[in-house]
Amino acid sequence: MRVIIVGSGRVGAGLASQLADEGHEVVILDVSTESFRRLAPGFSGQALRGDGTDSSVLERAGAGEAEWFFALTNGDNRNILAAQLARQAFDIPHVLCKINDPLRARAYATLGIDTINRTGMLLDSIGRYMGRPAQAGAADVNVAAVPLAPANAEGMDASPAPGEAIPGVAPALSLVPPPVPTDSSGGR
Amino acid sequence: MFVIVVGGGRIGFYLTKELLAEGHEIVLMEKDPRSAERIRDELGAVVVNRDGCEGIHLAEAGANRASIVAAVTGDDADNLVVCQMAKHHFDVPRTIARVNNPRNAVLFRNLGVDEIISPTRMVLAAIEQDIPVHELLHLANLEGGELELLEAQIAQDSPALGRRPEEIDLPEGCTLFVVIRDDRAQSVRPDTVFMEGDKVIAISRTECESDLRMQLIGRPPEIAST
Repeated sequence: MRVIIVGSGRVGAGLASQLADEGHEVVILDVSTESFRRLAPGFSGQALRGDGTDSSVLERAGAGEAEWFFALTNGDNRNILAAQLARQAFDIPHVLCKINDPLRARAYATLGIDTINRTGMLLDSIGRYMGRPAQAGAADVNVAAVPLAPANAEGMDASPAPGEAIPGVAPALSLVPPPVPTDSSGGR
Repeated sequence: MFVIVVGGGRIGFYLTKELLAEGHEIVLMEKDPRSAERIRDELGAVVVNRDGCEGIHLAEAGANRASIVAAVTGDDADNLVVCQMAKHHFDVPRTIARVNNPRNAVLFRNLGVDEIISPTRMVLAAIEQDIPVHELLHLANLEGGELELLEAQIAQDSPALGRRPEEIDLPEGCTLFVVIRDDRAQSVRPDTVFMEGDKVIAISRTECESDLRMQLIGRPPEIAST
């Protein structure tokens, strides 16, 4: 199973190390080789220096054969561009895009991009720590982590069915955008 | 007309200046406070120090009543996000994006950006005009850049030399329609045989350009080596 990860920050490098360890074919991209120091020692995947928002770089990374794609750089817009390239130009079936701005995370979820929103997750976690329900609207895209490594031995075969609620991931609804302020999560 | 310009670099600055001179209502959004300050000195209150990628700031700038949003920053990712937010959340009828990496043009169009401006491609086209042989000349972009009008000159070593159109393995989406021979243009017909010195005018989808080049010219572009 080929996995492409754009952005070798803590999350990107952590995910890459974990998946490579489980035997997946991992390619991680970052514009600075310095960031690759975050990878686990003995990382068995491929670390490529390059801009994940450039289609020729993604091509070199083997995006044509990838099944999973994670856009995890620090820049929301770079993630959005990379994720849409992955979907449109390379037809990668599973694309997840980190968007820290809650508004943009919600907006792109309605445009068919699976988004993960750190701000929402943190707000929700803090809220739960304090023993109260998350604020509706503030943390619309929220809760724990993505169930990337399901219990079965195959690893990532159990991808979420369409429409199934994934904690922490705004579901890709449809290409018809609803008005911005609508809270679609049901306010956990 | 009410136009929102995002990005106060050279292009955004002069664009705003020209549009103001023509009497349009403009808001120029520039996220860097120092750049915003500097252009505000010259252009006045039309400049706001806001990030046009943020939905809230676009709303403040009046995106829901804008006729056009033009994203002309130096960052393709920012320009894409501005246009998508404008289009899908503020129903802006016309969005314009600058693309710096010419490969992004097709993607942006597929994602619903109405008009794509590629300075890189424009300069490239101008350079290619000056390279006389063995090159594919860009004559024009059609359909917002998805299609190109191209000219190829048949040389001694061209794979198309001495062949008829049906003997050439054209990529799908390419049409050869005119051949210029002895300064006269004629339609490409099934019995046309391509000769040395012929200039063939073709319409091609942007992504087929390199295949077309191999069929008509038979070698990759030489720009990098000259």
